[in-house]
Amino acid sequence: MATAIVSPVEREDYLNKEYGIASWLLTTDHKRIALLYLISITFFFFIGGFFALLIRLELLTPAGDLVQADTYNKLFTQHGQVMVFFFLIPSIPAVLGNFLIPLMVGAKDLAFPRINLLSWYLYIIAGIMMLHCMLTGGVDTGWTFYTPFSTAFSNTKVIEAGLAIFVSGFSSILTGLNFVVTIHRMRAPGLTWSRLPLFVWAHYATSIIQILGTPVIAITLVLVVAERALHLGIFDPKLGGDPLLFQHLFWFYSHPAVYIMILPSMGVVTEIIPCFARKRVFGYMFVALSSIAIAVFGFLVWAHHMFVAGISVYAALVFSILSYGVAVPSAVKVFNWTATLYKGSIHYDAPMLYAFGFVGLFTIGGLTGLFLSALGIDMHVHDTYFVIAHFHYIMVGGAVMGYLGGMHFWWPKISGKLYPEGWARLAALIVFIGFNLTFFPQFILGYLGMPRRYYQYPPEYQVLNVLSTAGATVLAVGYLLPMIYFLWSMRYGKPAPDNPWRAAGLEWTVQSPPTTFNFPEQPVVTWEAYNYDEIDKDYKEEAQVVG
Amino acid sequence: MSDSQTVVPTSSHDDVHSPALLHHFATEEQQKDASNLGMWIFLATEVMFFGGLFCAYLIYRRWYFGDFAAASASITVWLGALNTAVLICSSLTVVLAIWAAQTSQRALLLLMLALTMLFGLAFLGIKGIEYKQKFDEHHVPGATFSFDHEEIPSQPGHYANPQHAQIFFALYFIMTGLHALHMIVGLGIFSWLFWMAWKGRFTPEYHTPLEIGGLYWHFVDIVWIYLFPLLYLIDRHS
Repeated sequence: MATAIVSPVEREDYLNKEYGIASWLLTTDHKRIALLYLISITFFFFIGGFFALLIRLELLTPAGDLVQADTYNKLFTQHGQVMVFFFLIPSIPAVLGNFLIPLMVGAKDLAFPRINLLSWYLYIIAGIMMLHCMLTGGVDTGWTFYTPFSTAFSNTKVIEAGLAIFVSGFSSILTGLNFVVTIHRMRAPGLTWSRLPLFVWAHYATSIIQILGTPVIAITLVLVVAERALHLGIFDPKLGGDPLLFQHLFWFYSHPAVYIMILPSMGVVTEIIPCFARKRVFGYMFVALSSIAIAVFGFLVWAHHMFVAGISVYAALVFSILSYGVAVPSAVKVFNWTATLYKGSIHYDAPMLYAFGFVGLFTIGGLTGLFLSALGIDMHVHDTYFVIAHFHYIMVGGAVMGYLGGMHFWWPKISGKLYPEGWARLAALIVFIGFNLTFFPQFILGYLGMPRRYYQYPPEYQVLNVLSTAGATVLAVGYLLPMIYFLWSMRYGKPAPDNPWRAAGLEWTVQSPPTTFNFPEQPVVTWEAYNYDEIDKDYKEEAQVVG
Repeated sequence: MSDSQTVVPTSSHDDVHSPALLHHFATEEQQKDASNLGMWIFLATEVMFFGGLFCAYLIYRRWYFGDFAAASASITVWLGALNTAVLICSSLTVVLAIWAAQTSQRALLLLMLALTMLFGLAFLGIKGIEYKQKFDEHHVPGATFSFDHEEIPSQPGHYANPQHAQIFFALYFIMTGLHALHMIVGLGIFSWLFWMAWKGRFTPEYHTPLEIGGLYWHFVDIVWIYLFPLLYLIDRHS
């Protein structure tokens, strides 16, 4: 790469334009709001991680010796709620999406900057409610709030947790709404739908799920809270209600919510792979439409969480077949990423390592998902560690790998500084090894019959549990490292050039870090997405002239 | 790929444009389209929000039809019908308000906005009377709920199951309660619109807040158009 030429005079950018706490808390700049989100979700990530650590420590030995059963129930419940609602769902959309979508579509900001700030405040209010709930007793229903346990039997703070998640849902809805309007109405001249970065397509699909799914969990939580407070009987079989209705409503959102977590990651990976393979993405339109297909199919498979809950055989059959259907667009993506790599000139920089990790782990997570959508196998492994391993391969192996890959890829743009590449590659490797060591044993544990949500287990499961706990420790190191060197690079890192990766996309045409209104003048797009052949040709010609 | 870009002032507000145009939009048309689309998407989330309730309602109505019919018969139909009329009138005044803004008739605009709010308040008042009735009859779910010896319509000698009737009333109060909450939010929005109109902010060229506020108001009306037959008119076809 060209040696970075750094101007000695400090340029004005979105970070140094204004200082002071009010300039951050009252900002409507999408880039500053993205950073507010980054700090907040990192905080919740470590809280959720702390609960995970306690869970893994308890499971180090077969006996229940570290915590009591009641405490353990709260640990896994709050681990799930914090990680799902306060880290994974906002993670890529609210941080990278917020930062990048206006840049990628050539706009000065999102369509509704003040609503964007409002969504962050709603998130913070929800977060404070959740923290308050956890500090004053916590909740033990599992993140799923299943009735009638949550409405009639649990003695913990179900109402508080429910309301916290209710509020966080509005934050998520507003983010999705902002993205859809921005993508429809704010694109630069010439930036047609078929020229949009696939990151934007992925976020479009994600936003549709946020918009149409989240209100359903909101009303479901309203009903749970009302039922718990007033014993209405809507979900209580003793009073004529139906707990299955709760499960239907809950999973109508919470299954598509998985795609809220994974689709943005897929978008990130689709940006990284062409850049580090120096090739146009293979089958652009298929990758774009597969995002939409995942969002649509994602709404039609929710009852595969309820195969053993008492739904009819016919319903189970239909939902099983539809669940296989989701695998098709997911597989389209995996094959297209692989085809993009074929005969590419591959660079093994840290973002690419995370992208490789994502593709492998997502494939394992996805294929084991097919095991679970098979009715017969699901009977056997339902509510075992097999399920836990499966969804952690998707949500941690998939979503978090993509998030970290994206953070490394765009860190030069976000911070204006380069992170230390050697450390970053090491961290990527540690995360990959730690992750597999943590969760692969859980597939075996589950297949052998170890149920989820128990704090004790028979001694024959201990070896695999020790492996898993050891892996979790390695994983923790892998997650701490990037936080340390990102923070380090903000002060000591080398200044980043505008386009350190020679990447395609409008976000790389502006300075690093960008100015408050992103573009000095309205960009006009005359090229196709991922035109790496042209970029590299221009670069070679430039190098010859200089050389 | 060198950093040759120089600093260019990014917010060039040299060209004259409407004061309502926000800095990040290129044209007023783009801004208006974005606002409208944003409200339509918000209304889609509202459909899904109420959709969960309608789904629960339909299931229990099918399971416990007789009990639901008996419970429904205890609600005062004419008050609900009156409220339906009030809301339809309010939708008309909203449309007339927008027309008044388009044709620069400030007095008419203010009158129509005030009438809309008046209709909204009337709706809430009538709803309050209905709630009071239910409260007096111990039809509010909870510890004091009672629905004993209430005959199922068209099935003489058969009495409604109080627990199942309680589910009806729970859904009745949650659905109409959330609807009333939306009305209250709507009144807030229209107070703000009234204030903007009072200050003369709306012109034939710029009245987007009126349009998106109106969309919201119409949506809340339409929810009621569904709630009224579902809750008040069960088994009243004879």
